Amino acid sequence: MKQTITVTVNGSARTSGVEPRLLLVHYIREVLGLRGAHVGCDTTSCGVCTVLLDGLPVKSCTMFAVQADGRTITTVEGMATNGQLHPVQAAFHAEHGLQCGFCTPGMMLVAKAFLEENPDPTEEEIRWAISGNLCRCTGYQNIVKAVQAAAQNMKQTEVAQ
Amino acid sequence: MFPSNFEYRSPASVDEALALLAEHEDAKVLAGGQSLIPLMKLRFAAPAMLVDIGRIPGLDTLAEEGGSLRIGALVRNRQLERSDVVSDRYPTVAAAAPLISDPVVRNQGTLVGSLCHADPQGDWGAVMLALGGSVVARSRAGGERVIPIGEFLEGPFTCSLRPDELAVEARVPDPGAEFAGTYLKLERKVGDFATVGVAVFVATDGGTVTRAGIGLTGVGATNLKATAAEQALVGNSLSDELIDEAARLAAEESDPRTDVRGSAEYKRDVVRVYVARGLRSVAAAPVS
Amino acid sequence: MTTVETAPSAEHPGWLGKSVPRIEDSRFIAGRGNYVEDVVLPNMLHMAILRSPYAHARINSIDSSAAMALPGVVAVVTGELLAQHNLAWMPTLSGDTQAVLATDKVRFQGQEVACVVAEDRYVAHDALELIEVDYEPLPAVVTPQQALEEGAPLIRDDKEGQADNRVYHWEAGDAAATEAAFAQADRVVSLSTFYPRSHPSPLECCGCIADVNPASGRATIWMTSQAPHAIRTVFALVAGLPEQNIQIISPDIGGGFGNKVPVYPGYVVATAASLLIGRPVKWIEDRTGNLISTGFARDFHMTGELALNGEGRMLGLRVKMLSDQGYAYADAQPSKFKAGLFHIVTGSYDIPAAHVVTDGAYTNKAPGGVAYRCSFRITEASFLIERLVNHAAVEIGMDPAEFRRRNFIQPDQFPYRSATGFVYDSGDYEPALDLALEQAGYAELRAEQQRRRAAGETKQLGIGIASMTEALGAGPSRDYDILGIKMFDSAELRVHPTGKAILKLGVRHQGQGHETTFAQIVAHELGIPPTDIVVQEGDTDNTPYGLGTYASRSTPTAGAAAALVARTLREKARKIAAYLLEVAEEDLEWEGDRFTVKGAPEKVKTIQEVAFAAYTNHPQGMDAGLEGVKYYDPPNLTFPFATYLAVVEVDTETGEWKPVKVVAVDDCGVRINPMIVEGQIMGGLTEGYAMAAMQQITFDSDGNCIGSNFMDYLIPTAMETPHFDLYDTCTPSPHHPLGCKGVGESATVGSPAAFVNAVVDAVSHLGVTNIDMPVLSSRVWEAVHAAQA
Repeated sequence: MKQTITVTVNGSARTSGVEPRLLLVHYIREVLGLRGAHVGCDTTSCGVCTVLLDGLPVKSCTMFAVQADGRTITTVEGMATNGQLHPVQAAFHAEHGLQCGFCTPGMMLVAKAFLEENPDPTEEEIRWAISGNLCRCTGYQNIVKAVQAAAQNMKQTEVAQ
Repeated sequence: MFPSNFEYRSPASVDEALALLAEHEDAKVLAGGQSLIPLMKLRFAAPAMLVDIGRIPGLDTLAEEGGSLRIGALVRNRQLERSDVVSDRYPTVAAAAPLISDPVVRNQGTLVGSLCHADPQGDWGAVMLALGGSVVARSRAGGERVIPIGEFLEGPFTCSLRPDELAVEARVPDPGAEFAGTYLKLERKVGDFATVGVAVFVATDGGTVTRAGIGLTGVGATNLKATAAEQALVGNSLSDELIDEAARLAAEESDPRTDVRGSAEYKRDVVRVYVARGLRSVAAAPVS
Repeated sequence: MTTVETAPSAEHPGWLGKSVPRIEDSRFIAGRGNYVEDVVLPNMLHMAILRSPYAHARINSIDSSAAMALPGVVAVVTGELLAQHNLAWMPTLSGDTQAVLATDKVRFQGQEVACVVAEDRYVAHDALELIEVDYEPLPAVVTPQQALEEGAPLIRDDKEGQADNRVYHWEAGDAAATEAAFAQADRVVSLSTFYPRSHPSPLECCGCIADVNPASGRATIWMTSQAPHAIRTVFALVAGLPEQNIQIISPDIGGGFGNKVPVYPGYVVATAASLLIGRPVKWIEDRTGNLISTGFARDFHMTGELALNGEGRMLGLRVKMLSDQGYAYADAQPSKFKAGLFHIVTGSYDIPAAHVVTDGAYTNKAPGGVAYRCSFRITEASFLIERLVNHAAVEIGMDPAEFRRRNFIQPDQFPYRSATGFVYDSGDYEPALDLALEQAGYAELRAEQQRRRAAGETKQLGIGIASMTEALGAGPSRDYDILGIKMFDSAELRVHPTGKAILKLGVRHQGQGHETTFAQIVAHELGIPPTDIVVQEGDTDNTPYGLGTYASRSTPTAGAAAALVARTLREKARKIAAYLLEVAEEDLEWEGDRFTVKGAPEKVKTIQEVAFAAYTNHPQGMDAGLEGVKYYDPPNLTFPFATYLAVVEVDTETGEWKPVKVVAVDDCGVRINPMIVEGQIMGGLTEGYAMAAMQQITFDSDGNCIGSNFMDYLIPTAMETPHFDLYDTCTPSPHHPLGCKGVGESATVGSPAAFVNAVVDAVSHLGVTNIDMPVLSSRVWEAVHAAQA
């Protein structure tokens, strides 16, 4: 039996009827049509489904859509503003922090939330922050460089303001 | 990857939640869901109803009150990691918090939920055993009761809550004036369950141990309390010889099984090494 | 690493060696990659697979009536139904057969038994629980040794004439010469090691959408495939669909690593279901299905023996291997080589005589074996020789770097014919070794190791080296084919009137950056900037035939084709330019992106102007347009090499260890895009570390698979994965048009031995001589305790 939920997604309120058992990741991909969040495993291990729930990373494969009723979600599609890439997105490109791209949306959202909490991180802290997100292609080194570059960029922008 | 159907309720108060638990036998409580939902996705669990307590106000208390640290049912692991009162006064908790699962899962998962799940490889059970903690349960029929952690953890994936009970908070007693503690975890990678986990707590008075707690993860049918090792410490100061003796006793008290993470002999030896290291680190840095 | 160049300069003209930021990134960072999972077709159905819980069992009956009765279920497909259409079995890439859906028996835990097709995926999974299968369990055969024992249960009793569990016997090299070498040896050193079963496990699982359209008669199949053209031909032969009406589209692929080369039962059943039902059928496997049933890697038991003279020079190598093939021989490798290119096992060393014997056995496990960045089993070979070389150095009391140096093939020996028949194109191994030793601070490390040993410290240091050579770029048509299809590759290039271009290739990347690297190749030859070139791969209707991307073959084969077709276009462009400038062709100079007239440099035609003229003002008698296609048959493989040096710290009390420094010196000839090459190397090093440290798929005595989810099959996070220090030397390939060699797999091939050598080195003073992978902390502890007992 379907329940009506209203979720604010990337700034817009979306209302739909969903079965309680519908996983949040399927709601995002199939009901909302936002396919940046991916599915990669069965055991909440890989993190390719990561989105931001009220600003904090969660593994959307391990939540039900009904739990998100009344709450705010940010997906990778909501990272750019007015056509401008978020500094994290730009940095992933500049530092070759992606290869196949499958882990990238989740990884970038974790980086975004992390830098908002810790704007001047050490390499160790960056690796710790992304340790819930697996990558098979890059070996993480360029992802770390991308987060460091984004941090630099975001600090300069702050200073400029 | 696709759970079976269930009814979903999201009560607005504890009383409403208790009514649902009393009226529906096959109902499970949903808080963080980081243990329950994976089981449901693999269809190892298929409750007929989920009672989501995530919208109930007042269950996220994390504060010292009445001689204990109160950890509400909705306190996320993330908060424990970042809490000043935890890092100042509950070092065993502070050491364990960053080692629970991975950072994204910690944003959702709760300590109380983990205790109710009662996985023998869960870290929080060992921490609570070392600290002498308890769980506060409420039900419509029975009111409120405080369950010491040793009684609460009954067996693998079995806690002593009755089907109509809701665990509303965990409590950790005040550590006193002079205390130290830590948590060591051997895991094959971040996010793995512990091969071996060791929680250590000592309260001292001028260097003499007044209270000692040693909790073990992953080396028994439940989290274990190494009581013989603890008793060897009480009333003494932490010398090298005593630490080694306590470590030896703790290893003997553990009951590991051989599996992909290693042989029973290996795990027993890691208990010995980790208890010794944990006690040495707390001997070096007691907080007062 | 020197200053990064991203475009030509006066000092460094041309587009090779430029770290152009990736052209394909924009869709991925926007979350708009187009993976198979993202494709939605109208009227689409969803398929889910019921898998066997038993490793070996007879199927007495399957009752799907309750499943069929569930609202939303459209069909339940079983082996029986497929058998009616002759589709219950299909050929493997190695000429054996494997089941599409089980009929008489299941032969591995996780084998596909039935498929539900439903309107909704959740309903499809509800229906799986309602299918009743009556199994009669049989004893499981779990190791190849068991499989070859007298009286072992017969696994392939479906194959006529198969009396036991033997799959193949294969030899390479010269038995007699090797025997003679060993007879003369002053010292023989031997090592037995097991390379455990591992799995490529890309983050995107396998899947497809099969749309057999009854109105058009065409079958369009979106598929996670690294080799779409070859798969199309296989489908045409097996399913009896006419090849011109099959279109395989491999869109963006979320990692391959060899896992997405084989044809899986899910693809076949989805296609058959779509054909029978007349609607598109989508099947996306879950992680458990991926790990338990799709193309695994390794599972090789190896014993190597090295014959040495008194000065530590290698005289001969003898290797005996036993390969666990699972229940069907389904290696994805060139057909002539039953154990892939394992016979590269003499590696970087000048070994005059070698003999390699391999036997393959069936077991009750999933089929496969050649995957996971293995370069057709060169990972196994490289691991064996580099562990054996290390072991030998320890046994004879020589420094492992020095021992390698004494035995390297020398630069003046190239092209070098190895004792097993490879002709190495070029190599210069010592400078790479020296650079690694220097950058790691080898002498200081050995001193620190000595200090810690003398002090009896708990945390000991270990240093491990691997100096590997491998063979990439399959391959020359005289020796290389898969199911008879030769291993050429292709490039089709078309320049548009406004001077932009489209390049279509027969390969199919899964993250390796082809849309940038191959655009750079054309840019280098024709001067059109890479951002003006779109690269297309993966749609079999719209790309020339190729054998796909795996075994690090794309740059050596399709890259060569792209360079050569661009040169052909340049020749035509020269004619057009001469016509436009009213000079003879010989009077023209080519300057990167334009033709100038010798002695009159103000007379210029850019490539863009020539392109426009090809459509608007071409000489009479010449075809309009500016395009061509090249099918390239490589004259040889390419032989990149590397030295990997790992420094690890081992806690001798608990066995825990971690890398503290990793130095990689790679030589893959000319690098087109150094940034992309380094990305490949870092990914490869991580997978090498993962296998050394934590990855394995293992089975209990009943054949239950342990390792079919990410809690059991461990993939390292950013915390375990070390930092890598990358360096390079450059020894071009003499036969490749650009001097390039392959590189994508090199680090996965070569680095596991470096890590294992390092951990063994850290505890060698305690008596440890070998620890098999994965080198879990428990295994280090066991090894130390066993050695001390």
